[in-house]
Amino acid sequence: MEFFRSVNVNWLGKKWYFLAFSLIFSVSGIVKMSYNWTHGIEGMHSPVPLGVDFRGGTQVQVQFDQAPDINRIRQAIAAAGVTDARIQNFGDSSERSVLISLPEETNEQALDQGRATIVGALKAHYDNHFNPDTGVKVDVVGPTVGRQLEKQATLATLYSLGGMLVYLWFRFQLIYGVAAVVACFHDTLITVGAFALTGQEISLTVIAAILTLVGYSMNDTIVVFDRIRENLRLSRREGLTDVVNRSINQTLSRTILTSGLTFLTVLSLYVFGGAVLRGFSFALVVGILIGTYSSIAIAAPMLVAWQEWRASKGKAVALPAARRSK
Amino acid sequence: MKKNLKNKVALIIAVLVICLYGIFGIPSGLSGKALLEAMGKRIHLGLDLQGGAHLILQAQVLEAVNAETDNSVQQIQQDLKKANLGFSQIYKPDPLRVDPATQKEVGKPEVIRIEGTSPTQSDAVSGLLGGTKFASEYDLSGGSDNNWTMTMKPSFERDLNSRTVEEAIETIRDRVDSLGVSEPLIQQYGLGDNQILVELPGVSNLDQVKNVIKSTARLEIHAVEGGPFQSESAAEASVGGALPANEEILTTSGALAGGGSTEYYVLQRTAIVAGSDFRSAQPGINSNTGQRTVNFTLTDEAGDKFWDFTSANVGKDMAIVMGGTVRSVAVIRSAIRDSGEITGSFSQTEVTELSKLLRTGALPASLNYIQASTVGATLGADSVREGVTAAIVGMALVMIFMLVYYRGSGINADLALILNLIILLGIMGLSSALAGTSGGGMTLTLTLPGIAGLILTIGMGVDSNVLIFERIREEIRSGKAASAAVDQGFGRAWITIIDTHVTTIVSAAILFLFGTGPVKGFATTLTIGLLANLFTAVFVSRVIFEAHLNKLKPGEMVSI
Repeated sequence: MEFFRSVNVNWLGKKWYFLAFSLIFSVSGIVKMSYNWTHGIEGMHSPVPLGVDFRGGTQVQVQFDQAPDINRIRQAIAAAGVTDARIQNFGDSSERSVLISLPEETNEQALDQGRATIVGALKAHYDNHFNPDTGVKVDVVGPTVGRQLEKQATLATLYSLGGMLVYLWFRFQLIYGVAAVVACFHDTLITVGAFALTGQEISLTVIAAILTLVGYSMNDTIVVFDRIRENLRLSRREGLTDVVNRSINQTLSRTILTSGLTFLTVLSLYVFGGAVLRGFSFALVVGILIGTYSSIAIAAPMLVAWQEWRASKGKAVALPAARRSK
Repeated sequence: MKKNLKNKVALIIAVLVICLYGIFGIPSGLSGKALLEAMGKRIHLGLDLQGGAHLILQAQVLEAVNAETDNSVQQIQQDLKKANLGFSQIYKPDPLRVDPATQKEVGKPEVIRIEGTSPTQSDAVSGLLGGTKFASEYDLSGGSDNNWTMTMKPSFERDLNSRTVEEAIETIRDRVDSLGVSEPLIQQYGLGDNQILVELPGVSNLDQVKNVIKSTARLEIHAVEGGPFQSESAAEASVGGALPANEEILTTSGALAGGGSTEYYVLQRTAIVAGSDFRSAQPGINSNTGQRTVNFTLTDEAGDKFWDFTSANVGKDMAIVMGGTVRSVAVIRSAIRDSGEITGSFSQTEVTELSKLLRTGALPASLNYIQASTVGATLGADSVREGVTAAIVGMALVMIFMLVYYRGSGINADLALILNLIILLGIMGLSSALAGTSGGGMTLTLTLPGIAGLILTIGMGVDSNVLIFERIREEIRSGKAASAAVDQGFGRAWITIIDTHVTTIVSAAILFLFGTGPVKGFATTLTIGLLANLFTAVFVSRVIFEAHLNKLKPGEMVSI
């Protein structure tokens, strides 16, 4: 069984369509994020909605008469419009308590409001009885991710992108490294923009998903670059555009397969993985699609555009250094 | 050729067995339940997946204030003496003490009183007490009746409180690390009550954890005013029935220098040196008496204070107080600067404990437990279940697809994938086994970001297999025989696989170095997974191909 046995698509010819597509999504993402930043979202000046990991908020402890069912509780408060709560069992099973954490501003009014929201939602939609006075305790909980962690995580990611650029410079040429890193930025921007546009929260796990998609996008881009390098070595007379097109077509089978399979797994997570993992799997679903797309639509055209620009200035078009390994 | 193959197969089986041991240890049985239990002991899950202990502590910040004003009292005494300004006494009118009725700490340790200064020196005193040295911390009042009051500024006290809570959080972190629990959650809690939330994954023994976190080991040296007395009333009688505000009565722990019963000492309330003044402490043996000792050194600043005190009090007693009880009383034979030895009837555990706690840093203030409980997974137990189910469904789909699309060779890919997972989990389990024996340190914990790294590993694993298989198909299409096609396929794909894996490992290494917490977890599983992948997708898959090739009749093609 085999798909894509002999494909011959002119990928680079479509580069303006790709650029338009990318621009539309990146710009709308940026616009929404700027709007959020200036007008504030859920009371904070942040480009995307942040979860309780980043903001801290209110923690409501409720003790029920019967053993609590976390799934039902989650549905009950979702019916009241609270979709971003963290729900945990509390104490051993004889205590029949749960902890519900909501992102809120950390002051007295928010405490009371958070308590009222939860109590109201549970009373309306969940039939497990609890005492709203003695069975409910409220407190303020701080963010799990402090300012420092945020800063360190961002710096670490930027450094790691730099490291990858250096390695690619060493194995290919500088432009290859730059093109790959630009593709990664493009993917991250569109994915985070998707969160802003759909109003979904960024939590700690979403950050992990974004790191994953950076790795995946890099992987995909390098496979294409590798084929380009090999083909350039083999045929000295073809123009770069033709070589790049051919390389993409040759790796298409592998690209569709790998992306398809990984996408299937992540889709399964998105559909069956439950409400809490939804943000995480949404980032991966968008990320894998865009990561695959960017290798063909952003990274490859950048290579060609750069070489054409150099050629137009009269500089020689250099082949990427191919080390003799194996 | 065949012998070579046998060696390679043996190597793969050896790796498999070691990793299975890493995951399960030696399970009590082979039932599903026993295996899951064995796995639970080896693979440590983070708070987001497992839940654990939930503790809320309150830092007794008044103690930090107390320590600060103790320091200031000594400083003021020294300064007044140096400036030849006389005074009758300096003390804290409402000292920090435990209310016997409520067992709570009460008092106003932020107030210092200086009494009986000379009327003629009033200006000089005012200048010194209100001068730049103290003005940032204290407000000065009084003076008209030759009595002065210095009260700690509320803004300074607030600062001190938040600094105390931050230091307490850091110390708690060190102590939790020493327990070998990794990826704990420690943060400030509540609205301004100086509370700290500690959540530790997978902890079942709450009591042990509580003890380790809470132990204060606050070591202090006080000047002895009188004693030993056999009863509290005798001690009070020695000071004329009413205990002055700058003195306190403390008991010995009963086993002092061979004595059997509790003895009472009257001590100066303000400690000469305490807590953070100790730079280091080591357990030792007294060469003369053979008793266990704690050999300590003080910081330079504290050394100066100690020198002043000891040189002014040669021949008098000083008491070593730990955790509020008198542990040892010594005669000051000569002035001591910054290193000394505490001899007493300590047990070996006490000496080691004390030294360790003095080294890792005393808590700036003691901690009380407001709440100690267990808490479920942060993600919610329901999500963990659903996530695991979805992941298994996803992987099963991938494996079935590989069989359909690549036929016989699909088995290679599926085996490689499963082996990859086993190696990754095995290494995690082995690291926790190793860490267990060496006590804390590099326990690898699996959190959701770690699982994200795992997903990337699986994705890249599938990718490696697809790369190799597609190449092999290309070679077959261009007319090569089975063996040559496999050779070329692996050879050509190897370069690509190396490039992608090294790039990602470089990035993971940088993330590990510069990231903290969840980013580190992601980087760790990613790196281990990718290295495992290099092993399975290239070496193991090749071996399986070779074994298959050996069985082929000449002219027959591999199933791909």
